Order: sequence, then structure tokens, then C-alpha cells
Amino acid sequence: MIEYRSIGKTFADGTEAVGDFSLQLPSRTTTVFVGSSGCGKTTLLRMVNRMVDPSHGQVLIDDVDVSTRNKVELRRSIGYVMQEAGLLPHRKVIDNVALMMRLKGADKKEARDRAHEVLETVGLDSSLANRYPAQLSGGQQQRVGVARGLVTDPNILLMDEPFGAVDPIVRDELQQELLRLQRELDKTIVFVTHDIDEAFLLGDQVVILKKGGEIAQVGSPAEILAKPANDFVSSFIGLEKGHRKLHVEERNGTRIVVDETGKATGVLSE
Amino acid sequence: MSWFNANTDKVWDLLLSHLWLSGLPILLGFVIAVPIGWFANRHRRLRGTILSLGGILYTIPSLAFFLVLPSIIGTGFLDPVNVVVALTVYAVAIMVRSAADAFESVSPAVLDAATATGFAPTGRAFLVELPLAGPVLLAGLRVVAVSTVSLVSVGALIGVSNLGSLFTEGYRTDNDAEILIGVIGIVGLALLFDLVLVIAGRLLMPWARTPRQGRSPVSPIMSFAQHLRGGRV
Repeated sequence: MIEYRSIGKTFADGTEAVGDFSLQLPSRTTTVFVGSSGCGKTTLLRMVNRMVDPSHGQVLIDDVDVSTRNKVELRRSIGYVMQEAGLLPHRKVIDNVALMMRLKGADKKEARDRAHEVLETVGLDSSLANRYPAQLSGGQQQRVGVARGLVTDPNILLMDEPFGAVDPIVRDELQQELLRLQRELDKTIVFVTHDIDEAFLLGDQVVILKKGGEIAQVGSPAEILAKPANDFVSSFIGLEKGHRKLHVEERNGTRIVVDETGKATGVLSE
Repeated sequence: MSWFNANTDKVWDLLLSHLWLSGLPILLGFVIAVPIGWFANRHRRLRGTILSLGGILYTIPSLAFFLVLPSIIGTGFLDPVNVVVALTVYAVAIMVRSAADAFESVSPAVLDAATATGFAPTGRAFLVELPLAGPVLLAGLRVVAVSTVSLVSVGALIGVSNLGSLFTEGYRTDNDAEILIGVIGIVGLALLFDLVLVIAGRLLMPWARTPRQGRSPVSPIMSFAQHLRGGRV
């Protein structure tokens, strides 16, 4: 379990990214921080592996304060996947993935074998293993990024808008892939996005953030949809635009689901 | 041609001394300049000062430098070490700027990713920053190499034998063939250094198919030509 205890962060230039934030992230579930830019979601994520140290408060992983842990060791024990994949351009795909194993002290062969294995897990053809990142498509690079995050089999996976830079079709594919992986691997995932649809799709627990890391609402997607806490949440999740308010109409004997604007969005299955 | 045939051994000897008189400063200059450039890039406030200092060093006239050095470092007047030290200083002067630019060209996002995935600072510097700075470092080193090869010849004026000695001697004895051989030897050596560097770059950095170029690259041949026209002495 990851726990934020009354955490805050003011950067050196005086901007307050997070005011006072407390939350528990249950193990083996996906928690999504969602909000517009400047809501402190990335800062919150980066506090888990000490890429950012809080100005006050504590972050605990399984009841251990992360500030008591060696930064480098801590980061090696946590998977990290970022936007644009963040791969090393001068290392081949296989080495990018295997490097994390090497940093943890695995020998060359063990690292490579494991890297091949995990590339397969994320659905990458082994023929791509010896290419450089620049020779891959954006979606493929992102898969390598996920593979790198998973290679050491960490309990925690941090994902910072990992699918933000790929086109919608590929994004959809990667999201489904992540759901499949999570069913198999059962990691504690912290996921950051500004896309509420992505948050609802991937999150067991969704945290909607206002400016300065203020929590507008926490809950499962169903809970939030059923009972938005306030106007900010209603408008953020799109209830006011009408495309989430659906009703059933009968056309030619089939029951069709229609949104508030009258647009047909699906068929009601029996 | 007949002069060359009669003096092959001599030319060969001069070529060899030219080779190490230029090779050593190129190597030393690179090894010294890279950490300084890395430091300058890390400490933004010192960057300007360090780079200007390099610029000032480069403006010292080489002949004067060769003559003054013995009294500074206590070497003999004809000691080839003077030439090596002076050319190392010039190499550092040019290379520091290239090195600072090279490290600046490394994507901050990649460095951030490397840190986040668990690189310790030293590991990150050697395994990520240095190789990624490679293409721009190489561009700078090519300029340094060609410029150093041509500058060595000035050493002949203070009696340190190298291919430049063919100029001084040829001029004194009115031997055009000898001067020509000197020119061919130096240009050939410069091209050889450049070729070796380019090939080494291809082998060491297969990922950099289109090397990103820093600010420095004047074509090595151009800077050499400029030198022949008397850009420095």
C-alpha cells in the first residue's frame, strides 16, 4: 500500500504544486490521478520514487517512509513508464529493457533472457529487439517503455501520461493491453492522465484533482458517475455536456442507447 | 620526385614525429576538455566564464607561446614537450566549448528518465550523458584534430622537427619539391586523422545515423586552408 500523509510541495521558485494531500492507494489496484495541467498530479506521482521530495508530510510504501530509503535503490525497486517512453536512444531495444536488470546486479545472460521474456509479455515481436528506439513507431516505443517498467517485476508501477503522445487507435490498443497485463500481473499501479475517459477505463480508484493537489473526489468510476461530489466534478467528467447521460429508446423493436443530445451511442444487450 | 626518393627515410621520420606531436595533444586535449565541458554545462553560472577563458587562451599567438613556455614550465628551449603542451592548451581551448555544447545537446527528458529508472549519478554520467554527447563531441574533435596537425608545423620554427621542417628547410635552400612534400604530408596526415575519427564514430555510435551537429563545425578542410593562408602563426 502507498500512503500520502498530509503531503505538500512548494518548488524553489515559489510555486505551490501540492498544498495538503492525504490518500491511501490500496495494493494490487490501479489508482489514477486525473486533472488539468497544474493540478500537481505528476508531482504526486514523482514523490513515490523520490524524483520529487515533499516540502512537508510523508509518503509511505508498506508503512515505510520513502525518505528513509536510498533514492537510487528505491527507484530500482519501482517501475516507471513515462510519456514519449523515455528510452535511451543509444541503446538497442533489448538493452534498454535489460539495463534495468543489469543495474540491479543481474548477469548479462539472465538480464537478456528476462528482457526477451518481458518484451513478449507486452506483445512486441522479437525481431524488434535489436533495433534502436528511433527505428520503432511511437506505439512500439511505448510498449518497450512498459516492458522496461516491468522487467524487474516490481510491486509498484508508476505511469506518467504514458499514452499521451500516441494516436487514438494505438492508445486504445495500449490501454487494453495494460488492462490485460494488470489482470495477469496484479501490480500496484499509479497512473497519471488528464483524460477522464482513460481514468475511468483504467482506474479502480480514480482521484480527481483541482489546482494545488486538492482532491475534488475520490472513488471508483461507478461511484463518481453515480454521485459526483460537486459541480467541478460533474463538469470535469462531462455530465454537463450530455454525452454521459444516456437513456434507452426503442426503434423498430430494438432498444437503443441514446445520449442527451439525441445521438445513438449503442445497443442495449439483453 | 627525385628529391623525395633520395630523402624517403627523412620524410618518414618527420612524418612519425609529426604524428605523435599532434596525436598526443589531440588525445590530451580531449581527455582534459570533456570533464571541464561537462562541469561548465552543469554549473550554468560558471559556464560563461569557463568558455570565455577557453576563447582567450586560443588567442595567444602560437609562436610566442612556444617561446615563452620553457620559462613557465621549466623545459629546455628545444624540448618537443613545449610544442605538446602548447598544442594541448589550444586543443582544450577549442574543445571545451564543443564539450559544453555537446552535453547541452543531450535531451533533458532522457536524463530524467535515466534517473527515474534507477541510474546513480556516476553511472548516468558515463553510460548516458557521455555517449549521447558523442556526436557533438566528435564534431568538435575533428576540428581540433585538423587544427592541431597544421599547428604542429609552427614548431619547426623553434627547431622541433616535424613535417613543418620541410617548409623551413625548403625555403632556405629554395627547394620547391621539398615544400610541396611537406604540404602533401601534412594534408595527408590531417585527412588520415579525420578519417580515423569518422570511422571510430561510426563504430562507436551506430545509433547516430545523422549526427546532430553542434555550433562548432567549420569544415576541417576549411579551417586547415585558413591556417595555410596564415590564419595563425
